[in-house]
Amino acid sequence: MTATTDFAVAVWPGLEPRLLRHGAEDYSGYRDSGGYRTLDDPDALHNQVDLSGILGRGGAAFPLAVKLKTVRTNGRAAGGAVVVANGEEGEPASIKDRWLLRHRPHLVLDGLRLAARLVSADRAYVYVSDGAAAEAVRSALAEIDGDILDGLTITVRTVEPGYVAGEETAAVRALNGGPAKPTDKPPRPFDEGVGRLPTMVSNVETLALIPFIHRHGAEAFRAQGTSTSPGTFLATITGAGRPPALYELPHGLPFGELLDFHGVPADQVRGVLMGGYFAGLLNNDVLDITLDHESVRRLDSGLGCAAITILTEDCPVAVAASVMAYFDRENAGQCGSCFNGTAAMSAVTEALRDGVATNDDLARLQRWSVVLRGRGACATLDAATNVAASLLTAFPQIVARHLDNDCDACRAAAFTADRPYEIEAAVTA
Amino acid sequence: MKIRLDRTVCDGFGACAKHAPEYFSLDDWGYASLEGNGTIPEQDRAAVTRALLDCPVHAIIEMGEHRPSRDGAAHSELRDAQEPDPTTDGNEAISEFVR
Repeated sequence: MTATTDFAVAVWPGLEPRLLRHGAEDYSGYRDSGGYRTLDDPDALHNQVDLSGILGRGGAAFPLAVKLKTVRTNGRAAGGAVVVANGEEGEPASIKDRWLLRHRPHLVLDGLRLAARLVSADRAYVYVSDGAAAEAVRSALAEIDGDILDGLTITVRTVEPGYVAGEETAAVRALNGGPAKPTDKPPRPFDEGVGRLPTMVSNVETLALIPFIHRHGAEAFRAQGTSTSPGTFLATITGAGRPPALYELPHGLPFGELLDFHGVPADQVRGVLMGGYFAGLLNNDVLDITLDHESVRRLDSGLGCAAITILTEDCPVAVAASVMAYFDRENAGQCGSCFNGTAAMSAVTEALRDGVATNDDLARLQRWSVVLRGRGACATLDAATNVAASLLTAFPQIVARHLDNDCDACRAAAFTADRPYEIEAAVTA
Repeated sequence: MKIRLDRTVCDGFGACAKHAPEYFSLDDWGYASLEGNGTIPEQDRAAVTRALLDCPVHAIIEMGEHRPSRDGAAHSELRDAQEPDPTTDGNEAISEFVR
């Protein structure tokens, strides 16, 4: 399977987009549309961010206001703070961050300079691996009038792409001159990060939402979404034999409506791979959810970065085997529990796909999916345990059939992919 | 006494679990994880110190007092929220991930 090179970009019907935009946008265009608005009162903006209830879009849905406040407080004690715009999108099935950086670099930079003011940082980084994204941001920086940045130094730093390279401690380590691999915690970046200063590492989509709050306020931000998952979000939709798409959606949208919009009949859906590869598999219970953090969490999964792969023809066991093999290859190779655990779980899921796994193998997989959780310095091992655990709980009958080597699809030509459902944007001028 | 275990350094020698099994658990391959939050009460200090000193790769580190704002209120709030219970909100711990 080769990477997809073309995808649709669309805003949910009737929604006034906050992130997506058609056509190129230069500095004057962005500024004329209300961007780079003067910030006279950082405390008032912080208050609006708090009231907006905005949650981080890197995948953890962490409240932005809490992170800002913590880094500001720690930064005051430490004599400075640093902000990092994290655009190193390691999830192969997600495209949103690269799209934003390539197409709306000024929106991201505007959010970055506002965040820097909120935590009193005088140094900021844009951390990416995508060459086109780095180029777009560098060009945008060259266009900006210096006074807008108010003394803030913004540096673009590129790294080799990797699944773990975008993890926040990997970003800090790379910016400190080390390899782009996670470190164990503590310390967390908000305590001690770039140059040992308290560091706010924030996803570029999260940052790109701050200018909206600055301009329109918390109440306008909450006009879309649910009370606990306010606002809009970017979703990368792949799978189902359809061309992939990047959508801006309101939180709380029923998944069934998204399926209609994407052109996938609900009765063909076996399930989804949720949140990138991280949040595991869901069966067709997914048809009843709404796309917000609470609803997805009720199925023991997570909205994550909203990279959602719809499974129709593909066998969930074979998909899990390919994802597990990916974790086995792409983990940082640092923590013994992770490089051993992902290899072991990968071997069992592949054996299951190939119809040669035993009941003992399956029992081991089940046990590892529980006991290995939390045993890595970063969340790669947790991602692998999520995939294993969710496969076993969401698709018990399909798993049982594989024990008897009774899956027609896998026997005929099993789904395999080095980077399942990868989406890679074609670079257009 | 407060310690941390750097699992990127651990090479699975297992000495820690021998000296202080209630603080260090080993996986199927012999690699350690810290049980609890690293706070060691006085009565266990000797055993844990032995574990620390015996680790051939120095993966166990005693935490000093130099870190900034360790006791800040906002700080504890963040810490509590950022380390979700793996059995409930763990799926969203991807924070660290997609960033």
